[in-house]
Amino acid sequence: MEIKQILMGLNGDEAVAYAIKQVDPDVVAAYPITPQTIIVERFSEYVADGEVHTEFISVESEHSALSACVGAAAAGARAFTATAANGLALMWEILYIAASCRLPIVMAIVNRALSGPINIHCDHSDAMGARDSGWIQIFCENSQEAYDSTIQAWRIAEHPDVQLPVMVCLDGFVLSHTLENVMTLPDEVVKKFIGERKFVTIKNHFGKEVPFILDPENPITIGPLDLYDFYFEHKMQQIHAMENAPRVIEEVGKEYGKISGRTYGLVHPYKLEDAEIAIIGLGSTMGTAKIVVDRLREKGVKAGLLRIRSFRPFPAQQIIEHLKDKKVIGVLDRAASFGAYGGPLFNEVRNAFYDQDIKPLISNYIYGLGGRDMPPQRLMIIFEDLQKIMETKRIEKTVKYIGVRE
Amino acid sequence: MAEKLTLKDIAKKPDLLMSGHRLCAGCAAGTIVRLALKATRGPVILANATGCLEVATTIFPYSSWKVPWIHNAFENVAATASGIEAAFRAMKKVNKGPLAKYEHIDVIAFAGDGGTYDIGFQALSGALERGHDFLYILYDNEAYMNTGIQRSGGTPRFAWTTTSPAGKVIPGKRKWKKPIARVVAEHEIPYVATASIAYPMDFVRKVRKGLEVEGPAFIHVLSPCTRGWRYPPEKTIKIAKLAVETCFLPLWEAEFKDGEIVYTLSAPSERIARKPELKKPIEEYLKLQGRFSHLFRPKKRDDLISEIQQWVDYEWRLILKRCGKL
Amino acid sequence: MSLEEKLPGWKEIPIGGIPFKPSTEYKTGDWKVFKPVINYEKCTKCLFCHIYCPDGAIKIKEDGYPEPDYDFCKGCGICAEECPVKAIEMVKD
Repeated sequence: MEIKQILMGLNGDEAVAYAIKQVDPDVVAAYPITPQTIIVERFSEYVADGEVHTEFISVESEHSALSACVGAAAAGARAFTATAANGLALMWEILYIAASCRLPIVMAIVNRALSGPINIHCDHSDAMGARDSGWIQIFCENSQEAYDSTIQAWRIAEHPDVQLPVMVCLDGFVLSHTLENVMTLPDEVVKKFIGERKFVTIKNHFGKEVPFILDPENPITIGPLDLYDFYFEHKMQQIHAMENAPRVIEEVGKEYGKISGRTYGLVHPYKLEDAEIAIIGLGSTMGTAKIVVDRLREKGVKAGLLRIRSFRPFPAQQIIEHLKDKKVIGVLDRAASFGAYGGPLFNEVRNAFYDQDIKPLISNYIYGLGGRDMPPQRLMIIFEDLQKIMETKRIEKTVKYIGVRE
Repeated sequence: MAEKLTLKDIAKKPDLLMSGHRLCAGCAAGTIVRLALKATRGPVILANATGCLEVATTIFPYSSWKVPWIHNAFENVAATASGIEAAFRAMKKVNKGPLAKYEHIDVIAFAGDGGTYDIGFQALSGALERGHDFLYILYDNEAYMNTGIQRSGGTPRFAWTTTSPAGKVIPGKRKWKKPIARVVAEHEIPYVATASIAYPMDFVRKVRKGLEVEGPAFIHVLSPCTRGWRYPPEKTIKIAKLAVETCFLPLWEAEFKDGEIVYTLSAPSERIARKPELKKPIEEYLKLQGRFSHLFRPKKRDDLISEIQQWVDYEWRLILKRCGKL
Repeated sequence: MSLEEKLPGWKEIPIGGIPFKPSTEYKTGDWKVFKPVINYEKCTKCLFCHIYCPDGAIKIKEDGYPEPDYDFCKGCGICAEECPVKAIEMVKD
């Protein structure tokens, strides 16, 4: 059935705030930080105008923002927060706690470079630092996707087979502060899509099967001291939940496609089918790269790209399926991993191909740190390098830095 | 309306902290929590900062809690409680969600001195400023006991701890204890009190009052620690009593009413205010505790003891002034 | 290794680290060296022993008299120390 959607002019932050307004969570606890600020500002207006029933806790730090979300979600609330860079770094301790307590919190990360020196512009160093925290990480290409993913995130997080918190990542300024056309669903359609929060049940310490929430009638104990005899088992449960997540992300993305016409998956290919060379990366740069692919195609170059939407869980199988027959692939990392052999995405992508008998040559390009621009010209440099590798069949330098002065 | 609670009534109320917890023998925290929970009015949700109480009551797969309980981290119990309280309010607003069935839920945060004076102070201050309706109970054992007796902002001057050892040059902790309850009172929240479990009914009444006010309430209760303070476990209550009798811990309440912070002395301290000769010398309190033994052996340090006495006198006078007794 | 094998696996325990046993299944009574013994001829049922016990190990009987629960009593001796009529004696367990 065709649902009438409303076209709005929104920047990425506003798109997230608008989606959260439609979701109308019980609790939002957040602290302002550039470039996330517009989310909390807009949402504060929705609260002030009575458009949501949300209790907005304007906390005194990001650490408390996520801590309050843990308390709220444990009490059965839908809880949302948003942050960036240093704010996410300050939350670091609680990221792991939220995930291990299996609380389906949703958080928008407006990607920004971590200090120091202090910088307010986009890179992925913040989200990459959180990649092992047990959160699902969805990277958005544009504001439309920021809106769409902020809605889908609840269904993913709260799915009984998942029960994990979700980060919706959007590039600072490039998306957060740039006006785009965003198609929005009617409120009631969003409400119906996400439904009411449902609870899994667990056996409490009185041997009773009870909902997984802090309910005085059915007490449970959340966050105990867990030593060597059970900690590993609890981590195994988290690993298992993460293994369930790809299926759920795809199911939710398809179902969302039915109501919106916009279907989402774990990875999004572009002109890949007959491509010989391809790039793989995250976020808004992959939008720019589509234009570069088009230009190359006009010149007869068989170029394509694969955008990773879900970085956690990491869709290794899907990446292999899409890229195994390519000749050369370039992995774009918008974060440095100091002392590592290449960027974080590169490490995972190349690792995924290790066991394949036939695999492409894989080269790493680190770009865009601290908001360094990534215009089509710079992407063209990467594709030209990939072409050279294809011709010479060898990679001279595995990790290259694009757009940095010597 | 406030029901009048007697000791017999309290004794008959079921224990919401179960036996089998692994707090040390003689640990005051067990008594504090048992009594505090006996003072509750109905449904409660507890949040607990990292610390002895948290660890000893929830060693997996066991739990000692008959009430819903959450431990998040060390420095954020006030923020965690804020989230719980806000969640309840949001659900009540629309009469939807799993907690909407309750008319009221008392949200209580428990934290030790480390989680309150030091690492948790920011989250506490923020939650007080925001005005969440919850009761924060600080059980103050005056050092990081869970990690093995390190000094905190709540450790008194000249007390030995493993990070303020009584050395050849420096005789224990260098600085005075932070006046945490007064600092909290200056947040102009509805209710602040100090308490000692040597006066159980005073403590119970204060907990009840802290729950009854709307908005944040804070109770500072001294929690003598047999291991860290170096005294035999049966002396816990004696020491908690001496703290009050020496005016090391004056018992008072502060209510924010009509733009003023109104301080009132509680009965045990009020008696001393009326009859100053009842005030015992601080030495009686110090000499029972091994953490102050370097003030008595090998040579008695009257100079240091009198410095502590001076501080106690100063703080006592300050409280008397606040309570309009001077 | 053998110890771990006897414990339930990750598929069997509740998710999210939720404890599944009450602490009353863990008897702390074997910590004690001395145990409190109440002389009921002296006891006035004031119940201070119950109030002060950190372990909730002094139960109240139907007749209103206190009774130590040796399964959990850690032998701290607070009850004996604080009994206003000295009706509790600590004796070697």
